[in-house]
Amino acid sequence: MTLRAAVPKTALMLVNGRLTQSESTRTYELSLPDGSFAGNVCQASRKDVRDAVRAARAGYKAWSGVPAAQRTRTLYRVAELLEERTGVLAEEVARAEGISRESANTQVGEAIDRVVWFAGWCDKMVQVLSSTNPVPGPYSSSSGPVPAGVAAVVAPNQSSLLGLVDAVLPALSSGCSVVALASEDRPFPAITVAEVLATADLPPGAVNVLTGVAGELVPVLAAHADVDVLDLWGVESSDLAREAEVLAAETLTRVLPPHHRTHREGRSSRTLRGFVETRTVWSSVGK
Amino acid sequence: MSKASPTTIPASLPASPPAVWEYAPALESSDVVSIAPSYDLFIDGEMQAPSSGEYFTSLNPATGESVTQFAHASVEDVDRAVATARRAFEGAWSAVSPAERAKCLFRIARLLSERSKEFVVAETIDNGKPIRETRDVDIPLAIGHFAYYAGWADKLEWAGFPGATRPVGVAAQVIPWNFPLLMLAWKVAPALACGNTVVLKPAETTSLTALLFADVCRQAGVPDGVVNIITGPGDVGRTLVAHPGVDKVAFTGSTEVGRQIARALAGTRKRLTLELGGKGANIVFDDAAVDEAVEGVVRGIFFNQGHVCCAGSRLVVQESIAEEFLSRLQSRTSLLRVGNPLDKNTDVGAINSSEQLSRIARMCDAAESAGAVRWSPGIALPDEGNWFAPTILSGVSTSDRIAREEVFGPVLSVVTFRTPEEAVSIANATPYGLACGVWTDKGAKAAWVADRLSSGVVWTNTYNLFDPSSPFGGFRESGYGREGGVPGLEAYLNVEETP
Repeated sequence: MTLRAAVPKTALMLVNGRLTQSESTRTYELSLPDGSFAGNVCQASRKDVRDAVRAARAGYKAWSGVPAAQRTRTLYRVAELLEERTGVLAEEVARAEGISRESANTQVGEAIDRVVWFAGWCDKMVQVLSSTNPVPGPYSSSSGPVPAGVAAVVAPNQSSLLGLVDAVLPALSSGCSVVALASEDRPFPAITVAEVLATADLPPGAVNVLTGVAGELVPVLAAHADVDVLDLWGVESSDLAREAEVLAAETLTRVLPPHHRTHREGRSSRTLRGFVETRTVWSSVGK
Repeated sequence: MSKASPTTIPASLPASPPAVWEYAPALESSDVVSIAPSYDLFIDGEMQAPSSGEYFTSLNPATGESVTQFAHASVEDVDRAVATARRAFEGAWSAVSPAERAKCLFRIARLLSERSKEFVVAETIDNGKPIRETRDVDIPLAIGHFAYYAGWADKLEWAGFPGATRPVGVAAQVIPWNFPLLMLAWKVAPALACGNTVVLKPAETTSLTALLFADVCRQAGVPDGVVNIITGPGDVGRTLVAHPGVDKVAFTGSTEVGRQIARALAGTRKRLTLELGGKGANIVFDDAAVDEAVEGVVRGIFFNQGHVCCAGSRLVVQESIAEEFLSRLQSRTSLLRVGNPLDKNTDVGAINSSEQLSRIARMCDAAESAGAVRWSPGIALPDEGNWFAPTILSGVSTSDRIAREEVFGPVLSVVTFRTPEEAVSIANATPYGLACGVWTDKGAKAAWVADRLSSGVVWTNTYNLFDPSSPFGGFRESGYGREGGVPGLEAYLNVEETP
């Protein structure tokens, strides 16, 4: 009796709501910790980045136009779909990070719970960050958060699933669209998450997931004039982070620092305020 | 988007202003303020001479006369100031409880209030802006900022940050010349309230009220080294923001310098907020209350001689009323009094420096060469000092440089539109995103427009209103971060994750 061979999945990226290879057709080979062949991962190009940002601009208009409560339900749906794939994700996380299946299961559960946590923020962020300002005279003044627009986020290299969730969800729950660069060395959990995102009810372009070489792609994202927030959360190399900040300075793009430079920030200021702009509106009051 | 036809000026409009009432001069005496022949650096609670012994002259923009001399801080002076601020942060200021910090800031506010006339006159002489503005806007708002942030100092855990808050450390603050004391208040008040210490560099042409403020710090009993003020031209600011002993940089000024600072801080751990330029659109719909809109447009661009980052420097007016509106605007502008800033009748004062004056003149000339129709009321300007008549440029299209680049002077560019969508599109069509005005009597439309403006501040049926409680700052190339209100605390705090 012939042994049945597996049908390995081709790794794809998520751009504009569709799973796709790099327009450059480049891939890089990924090995497991034991040296065996894991797969060929798409190596995104500069053009992929530009396409993703363009998709994200349209995706931002659509996503920020979705009512906040609906955004909550959509992100909760993402959690539901991830839950269904717990087995697959745990397998991939265990393999990618070289940890036990049990540890991986715990991590997957935590990641899904975090998606649920962020989902709940969509329609509350505005309330926590808004104010009526006590101005004198026949005027009213109020301030509130507005999603900043297109967020380019770099997911951590080591933490293949939890790190990706922490990278992508704050921007998404703020109403921004995201161009995420997945872990370079441990991309498979992110690829599975991308497949889930492609089938959830997100507008095309609201989330884009690219795989590739950070050193090549981070500068392209940083220099892109149509990115509104550059989140260097997962960037490990100080030199790369610095290069990105210099490039982002050209267009005065807001930069969120790498995790290793923040002041013990976890789910704190970056979560709530990192991806929003404050708009203050004054009105004249009178008959 | 359909191309709007340029608005032409009716040929019958007289070049000279209509007859106005003759006002007797109402000069405020400068006796109330005693200006020293020179000022040193304020470091560690005392006046310290600059190590280089260098001083530079500051001129009165309205007369061209010398006002006083300020010290040119050297690299060594900057170093000493930062070290002093660090010592004070780790020592004396940390030992002061939040409640005592609050009281200190309240004392500052009270003292400024007691000495307000002195500051009003000093600011007017040093900056060139009309005394009605320093009296009614600059100084009261500066006092208000200290009083507002005083109240936050001992309530930070209630401010809504998701974790315990701590001060950032030493803040380097570089401020511009357009609202000298007010910009100082916007920077120093929240920094101190959050427990930080500061090294502040005022603009070289307007350092007087900062040095008078140093004296208020003495009277208020601010611990030595908590507030340090170093003076000098741009190189001093560059040295200061680049200093490794600084934890946070706050800059208000031009977009180009903001860009340089962002580059310089790349790869460091320093926090950065920037409040940069703007090209505000004052959008007037055909259903606006016209007289109020005219006042609002005038206020938006000619207040403070247009030296305002959030100035309404573009009039975006609905085509159907454009000609009539422009005619009323010109009539109103013709009534503006340009003259001695110390005269309480003056509406428009002097341009702050000869450099700025040249820049404004150059940009207007270039706009005219590019096809804009230029109009100014026919008024006589004084011979001495820096003066520029209020100017309206019409027939401007959105791609013209004068429609996209900040002039920072009393110059209004006029663009027309047909639909609300077009108005929004035009308003958003610059690299900036600081402030806009919207004039319509239809509330739903005002809200609809405000929702779509990429603008940190939107004034509906009003303009140039500020309040310490009301967050101010821009989108895109107008910078990042907010000053005022709770968001104004964010830049001066580190938030720790609750485990």
